[in-house]
Amino acid sequence: MSTELLTLLLSRIQFGFTVSFHIIFPAFTIGLAAWLVFLEGLHLATGRPVYRRLFDFWLRIFAVAFGLGVVSGIVLAFEFGTNWSELARRTGPIQGPLLAYETFTAFALEASFFGVLIFGRNRVPRWFYFIACLMVALGTTLSAFWIMVNNSWMQVPSGIHLAADGMFVPDNWRAIILSAVVWVRFPHMLLAAYVTSAFCIAATGAWYILQNRERTESRAMMRMGLGIAAVLVPVQMFFGHLNGEYVVRHQPSKMAAIEARWHDEKPASEVLFAWPDVENRRNRFAVTLPAPLGSLIDSDSLSAGEVGLESIPPENWPPVRIPFFAFRIMVGCGVVMLVLAWVGSWLALDDRLEARRWLLWATFLSFPLGFIATLTGWFTAEVGRQPWVVYGLLRTAQAATPFLAPRDVALTLLLFGGIYILIFSAGILYIYRLLRQGPLPTPIHPERTNPKRPLAVGGSDSQAGIGLDSSLS
Amino acid sequence: MNTFFPYFWAAVLGLSLLLYVLLDGFDLGVGILFGFARDEAARRHMLSAISPVWDGNETWLVIGGTVLWAAFPTAYALILSAFYLPICLMLCALILRGVAFEFRQRAGVHTRFVWDIGFTGGSFIATFVQGVVVGALVRGISVGADGRFPGGGALDWASPFAFLCGAGLCLGNALLGAGWLVLKSEDPLRERSYRIIPWLLAGVLIFLILAFLAALRMDLSVMHRWIERPWLEVFPLIGVLAVITIVFGVRRRRDSWPFAGAAAIFLAAFATLAASFLPYMVPFSLTILEAAAPMSSLSFIFWGAGIVVLPLTLMYTIIVYTVFKGKVGPSAEYP
Repeated sequence: MSTELLTLLLSRIQFGFTVSFHIIFPAFTIGLAAWLVFLEGLHLATGRPVYRRLFDFWLRIFAVAFGLGVVSGIVLAFEFGTNWSELARRTGPIQGPLLAYETFTAFALEASFFGVLIFGRNRVPRWFYFIACLMVALGTTLSAFWIMVNNSWMQVPSGIHLAADGMFVPDNWRAIILSAVVWVRFPHMLLAAYVTSAFCIAATGAWYILQNRERTESRAMMRMGLGIAAVLVPVQMFFGHLNGEYVVRHQPSKMAAIEARWHDEKPASEVLFAWPDVENRRNRFAVTLPAPLGSLIDSDSLSAGEVGLESIPPENWPPVRIPFFAFRIMVGCGVVMLVLAWVGSWLALDDRLEARRWLLWATFLSFPLGFIATLTGWFTAEVGRQPWVVYGLLRTAQAATPFLAPRDVALTLLLFGGIYILIFSAGILYIYRLLRQGPLPTPIHPERTNPKRPLAVGGSDSQAGIGLDSSLS
Repeated sequence: MNTFFPYFWAAVLGLSLLLYVLLDGFDLGVGILFGFARDEAARRHMLSAISPVWDGNETWLVIGGTVLWAAFPTAYALILSAFYLPICLMLCALILRGVAFEFRQRAGVHTRFVWDIGFTGGSFIATFVQGVVVGALVRGISVGADGRFPGGGALDWASPFAFLCGAGLCLGNALLGAGWLVLKSEDPLRERSYRIIPWLLAGVLIFLILAFLAALRMDLSVMHRWIERPWLEVFPLIGVLAVITIVFGVRRRRDSWPFAGAAAIFLAAFATLAASFLPYMVPFSLTILEAAAPMSSLSFIFWGAGIVVLPLTLMYTIIVYTVFKGKVGPSAEYP
C-alpha cells in the first residue's frame, strides 16, 4: 500500500471513529433535552412532584451525556481542517458558513444555557429556568438541523458552481438549505433521536418495575416512553421511506449497494437477505422477493426500472456489504421497536403492563436499539456515498490533507482511540450508576431555598439571590 | 472586490479569539492552578468558580474555528493541516479537561484522581499548545504559491521560540486564573490566590522580555511593523498600566483589580499581535483578501450570523454571566 493510501485509510478510520462516537451522544441528548422541557412544563402546569423528581433524575444523566457530546463535537469542528484540508479548502465556502451557523445558533446557545440548567435552579425565577430548558432543547435541535443541511449538501450537492481553482462557490443558498433532501433527512435524524431517548426512558421504567421500586416514576416512564415511541416509530418509518426516494433519484450507486442489485431490473425484485459476493458480482444465499416488489419499495411503482451496480463503473462503487447489512440492521431494529411500542402501549391502556414480565424484560433490553439503528443508518448513508465525499463531484481520496505522514495519523488515531475508550467506559459506568441510584426524594423546599447553597454575599438568603433572581422577580 | 465583508469577518474572528483567550484563558488557568491545590475543599472551591461558565467559554474557540473556515477557508485548511499534531494534541487535552467537570463528581473517592490529573494536565497541555501555535505563527509558516501548505515535517512548527511562547501562555493563563479566583472566591482560597499572583506576574514579565529580545535577535518580520507603525507602542503602555493595577490590587486587596489588570495585559498583547499581523490572515504569507471566501459566502453569513446571531450570542453570554455573578462559597453547588 502506498503511503498516500495508508494515510487516507488511517484518516478515514479516525474520522469514522470520532464521528460515530460523537453521534451516539447527540442521538440521546437531542431527545432528552426535549423530554426535560416536557417534564419541566408538566411540573409547571400541574405542580405534581413526580415530574420534578423525574426532571432532576434525567437532568443528571443528561449532564453526563451532554458533556461527552460537547467534547467529542469540538474534535469534529477541527478535524475537517487537520485531516481533510483539501475538502476544507475547496468546499469551505459552503460547509464553512453552514457550520458557522451551527456554532452561532446552536453550540453557543446550548453551552451557555446548559450552565443555567445545571447550576442555576436557585438563582433564577422559574419562568427563566423553563426558558433555559427551552433554549438547550432549541440549541440541540438547531444543531441537528445545520449538520443535516451540511451533510445533505454533501450527499446531493446543489446551488453551486465550480471555480477554475477547484473551489466550490455557492450561487443559491435557498437551494442548499431548503432542498427537498434536507426536509426528509432532518426529520429522520430528529425522530431517530426522539425514538432513541423514548426507548431509554421506557427501558429505565421497565427496569425499575422489574426491581419493584420507584412505583410512581417507573410506571410514568414506561408508559410515556412507549407511548411516545408508538406514535413516533411509524412516522419515522414513513420518513425513512421518503429518504429512500432521494437515494433512488440522486444516488443510484448507493441504492444498488443497499439492495445488493447487480443488474438493471425492470420491474425489480427485492433481496431480503444475502451475502453479496463482490468479486463475482452476485448474491450468495439470497432470499429474494419476486418482481415488482423491489420497484414498489424503491420507487412506489409496479413497473419502474431499478439500476444495478453493473451499469455503474466499478471505480464509483461503494463497498457493497457495509450499506447492505447496515441498512438491514437499521430496519430490523425499527421493526422490533414498532412491535414493542405498539404491544406495550396497547397493554398499558387497561393496566396489564406490569403483570407481563416478558414485556418488561423485552422493554428493558431494548435500550440499545435506538442507538444501533441511528448508527447503522449513518453507516448506510455515509459508506453508501463512497467513493465520493461530495457525491459525484469530489472523491474522498482527493479530499485528504496531501502531505500527512501515516505515522502522524497513526499516532493521533491511537491517542483519540485511547482517550475515547477511557471516557466512553467511564461515562457509561457513571450513567449506569445514576440509573441504579434512581430518582432522589424531592427536596423539602423545592424552589429558591437550598440548604446546600453557599451564602455568597451578606448573610440572609434573600440577599444571596443575586443576579436575575432579584432583578427580574 | 468589495473589501468590507472580508474585513468585517476578520474583525469578528479577532473578537471571537480575543473572547476565547480571555474567557477560556481564566478557566484554563484555574485548571493549571488546580494541580497545586492543597486539599479537596480547595479543589471543589476552584471548580465551583468556573463550572457554570467554562462550556460557554470554550464555545468561542469553536466559533473562531468555524468563522475562520467560513470566511477564510484557505487559511483554515492551511493552519489546521500545518499544525496537525499540536491541534490534535490540544483537542485531546480539551476532551480530558472538559469531561473532568462532570466525571469527578460521579467518580468514587479512589478514582477521582484520574480526572483531576486529566483536568490539570489537559488545561496545561491545551494552554501550552495554543501558545506554541501562536509563537510558530509569529515566526511565520511556509506557504506554497497555491495558498496551500507545502508540507515538510510534522514538526515544522517546533522551535525554541514557539516553546517559549507556550510556557509564556501557561504563566499568563495562570495569572488570569488566579485573578479570577480572587474575584470569585472567599478565603482561604482568595488569600492563597493573592499570594501567588506576584510570582505569576513576575513570570509573565520575564517571558515578555525574553520574547521581545528573541524577536529582536531573530529579526522577525513582526518587529518591522513596530518601526512602520509607531502607534503600536500604545499597547505596551497599556500593559505597564495593567501591571501597576495588579500590583496595587494585590497590595490593597481589591478583589477585582488583579483580574482586570491581567485581562488588560492579554488585551494589549492580543492587540499588538493583531495590529502587527494586519493585513495578513496567515502572518506574512496570506492576506485577509487573498484568504477570503467568495462574496456569496461572506454575505450569506453576514446578514444572518454576523448582524443578528452574533449580537444575540454576546447578549446571552452577558445574561449567563449576570446569573452567576458574585462570589461562590467553598462548597460546590451541584444537583
